[in-house]
Amino acid sequence: MATAFDEMTGVPGATEVREAYVTLKRWLETTPRHLLDTRRSQAELFFRRIGITFAVYGEVEASERLIPFDIIPRVLLKREWEILERGLKQRVTALNRFLADIYGPRECLRAGVLPEDLVYRNPCFRLEMAGVKVPHDIYAHIAGIDVVRVDADTFYVLEDNVRTPSGVSYMLENREVMLRLFPELFEEHRVAPVEDYPDALLASLRSVAPAGAGRDPTVVLLTPGQYNSAFYEHSFLADKLGVELVEGPDLFVRDDVVCMRTTEGAKRVDVIYRRIDDDFLDPLVFRPDSVLGVAGLMSAYEAGNVTLANAVGTGVADDKAVYSYMPEIVRFFTGEEPILKNVPTWRCREREALAYVLDRLDELVVKEVNGSGGYGMLIGPHASRQEREQFRRKLRHAPDGFIAQPTLALSTCPTFVAEGMAPRHVDLRPFVLTGADGCRVVPGGLTRVALKEGSLVVNSSQGGGTKDTWVLDA
Amino acid sequence: MLSRTADHLFWTARYLERADFLARILDATTRLTALPASYGRPGNEWESAVASSGCAAGFYALYDGANEYTVRDFLAFSPTNPSSIRNCLSVARNNARAVRTALTIEMWEAINDAWLELRRFDAKAMDREEFARFLEWVKAVSLAFEGSSHRTMLRNDAYWFTRLGTAIERADNTARILDVKYHVLLPATEQVGGSLDYFQWTTILREVSALTAYHWVYRESVKPWLVADLLILNRQMPRSLTSCYETLVRHLDLIAEAYGMRGASQRVASTTLARLTGTRMEDVFQSGLHEFISGFIADNNRLGVTIAEQYLMP
Repeated sequence: MATAFDEMTGVPGATEVREAYVTLKRWLETTPRHLLDTRRSQAELFFRRIGITFAVYGEVEASERLIPFDIIPRVLLKREWEILERGLKQRVTALNRFLADIYGPRECLRAGVLPEDLVYRNPCFRLEMAGVKVPHDIYAHIAGIDVVRVDADTFYVLEDNVRTPSGVSYMLENREVMLRLFPELFEEHRVAPVEDYPDALLASLRSVAPAGAGRDPTVVLLTPGQYNSAFYEHSFLADKLGVELVEGPDLFVRDDVVCMRTTEGAKRVDVIYRRIDDDFLDPLVFRPDSVLGVAGLMSAYEAGNVTLANAVGTGVADDKAVYSYMPEIVRFFTGEEPILKNVPTWRCREREALAYVLDRLDELVVKEVNGSGGYGMLIGPHASRQEREQFRRKLRHAPDGFIAQPTLALSTCPTFVAEGMAPRHVDLRPFVLTGADGCRVVPGGLTRVALKEGSLVVNSSQGGGTKDTWVLDA
Repeated sequence: MLSRTADHLFWTARYLERADFLARILDATTRLTALPASYGRPGNEWESAVASSGCAAGFYALYDGANEYTVRDFLAFSPTNPSSIRNCLSVARNNARAVRTALTIEMWEAINDAWLELRRFDAKAMDREEFARFLEWVKAVSLAFEGSSHRTMLRNDAYWFTRLGTAIERADNTARILDVKYHVLLPATEQVGGSLDYFQWTTILREVSALTAYHWVYRESVKPWLVADLLILNRQMPRSLTSCYETLVRHLDLIAEAYGMRGASQRVASTTLARLTGTRMEDVFQSGLHEFISGFIADNNRLGVTIAEQYLMP
């Protein structure tokens, strides 16, 4: 694995500093350590008091844990951001057209852009959606695209999250806490604001209301409830949006119209920003044992009386096997060359690729096609012989379920750890909104950082932390 | 607003009011039992504390007898008593968390801070002094929550349902104290006992934080019929049954006005208030204090059910 690119110095340990970090580095060097320590504990107190916690499934005692927050921001220059922004809009536009196509005319399948069975045999493909018309042909209203950086000029897309991407509350709260704790830093840097994300989200959601909704559509946020790992985010967003935070039992469907139970009787709902998975949406259509959803919801949806954001069936597009065809998908649907690169990917379903992967298990990252959250993954160079042999058996047994990628040298960013300041690997999840009037990306996103030395796993469920992400204006 | 939101707000307020009530019962009982035995305490004050809390059945299923330690453990900390102070604060916090968006940040911080701090109190290692501090802390939590709701909430249905929860729980609590202690509250025509009863009466006043208020209102030494008057009929006393029902009627009217529709809750509450305001203390004693209070508790429960049916879980 190549030496990682450092966001502050370019090369780890180098004395020169990249343009974006000049002021920050000086500040870090001149601010007394004890002051930074005080600020760190104040940040933790802030997060605990506002209750921004997440639940880790399978851990009873730590059922409400804080995601560690690192006070050193990750900084991007505007010109770097502009490339990312154009690339993200292009990619999400292509994803939306792809989804509209596979649930509509299926031209990309006829043209052989990707193999049919990757779509039809995909567990996230919803046959119920075939031929259903959604407002403005938008499926992924909210997308979280995971991006990693490997050098000064190269960003790779690692994953497209177009089901119910989470983390945006951390983007907003991280900025909030930084503004409170380090006002002096914001005087010296012109940091592009992210605070208008909720307004942009609400505008996007209202723009896709069903035709019959009238001038002031009712938007709600549907949560699985307070035991869900992302409940804090759901309540945070509902509050910022000024919409009701509803659970399945708060809603009912009558004559194909969705209503919520209020203290004044039934009230019609037009747009549902849902944070529960397809499987649980409607017990009459999907999992019959679901108590999180609403019986009859799909029927109201198919009748065009309510909009779901994101649409049902978007999971096809964030499948890791489909991911490997994204360059072709972007070209087919936009007629342009992809601005953001895909990580080179070996699809183990292909015989030659499988042989290549089995030969190089010690250098590759192997991922389950339908896995997420950093689970079900082999990082070859860091794995034990035993783990590699286990994956070798899995790969031989069911190669279709896996892809492999080279181990990327994710960029590092200075981070506070027990021993002081040290470089740690980071990724970036910007959030892309799509409404009737097009795509929008708030300048910034969620930077996740792997706090363990050398670790490449940034997921919060596995010891990752977060940082504020700055895009410097000019 | 969502019915579930109203329901959670209503119950958050109820549970915090209940925690405050339990803290005051424990505080007053500790004080009463600290009196020298020569004052001839007959009954067991800890038994009467359990009875006032309204969870006697649960208590005797767990413990053989009522004493300072079993009652303190049960009412303050027991995880098996659904109405222990610890459980009240946890349930209130869970309710509040489920409807975070309906609370102001100040209310959320009051309840979330309490919940975080609760874990730092070690029930086992607490001596009397620490326990007294714990009770003060509980009262401060309820004050902080109610105070922040008063200072920071929009005056809309969310606020009104919160107020309803506090008032209905408060009425229930005051009535329960009266129900347990009715035998020491005698009319002016009866011969009253010695110093023991005096301490019983002042304990009742302490349990509703009304000892000072009593002197301001009546400007004479503590008389049992005046204690009853203060707790039942006096409109100035914020924990009196009449005062609680004035609050209930007022906020139910505001809700009805905002929604443009009156219903059973408004009728039930104003009927009870009319009965309270149309009554004199002599009439209550005449027909029997105990019967009067039992009747009131039943009416108050009926109002709770009616509010739930009309607004909270239609």
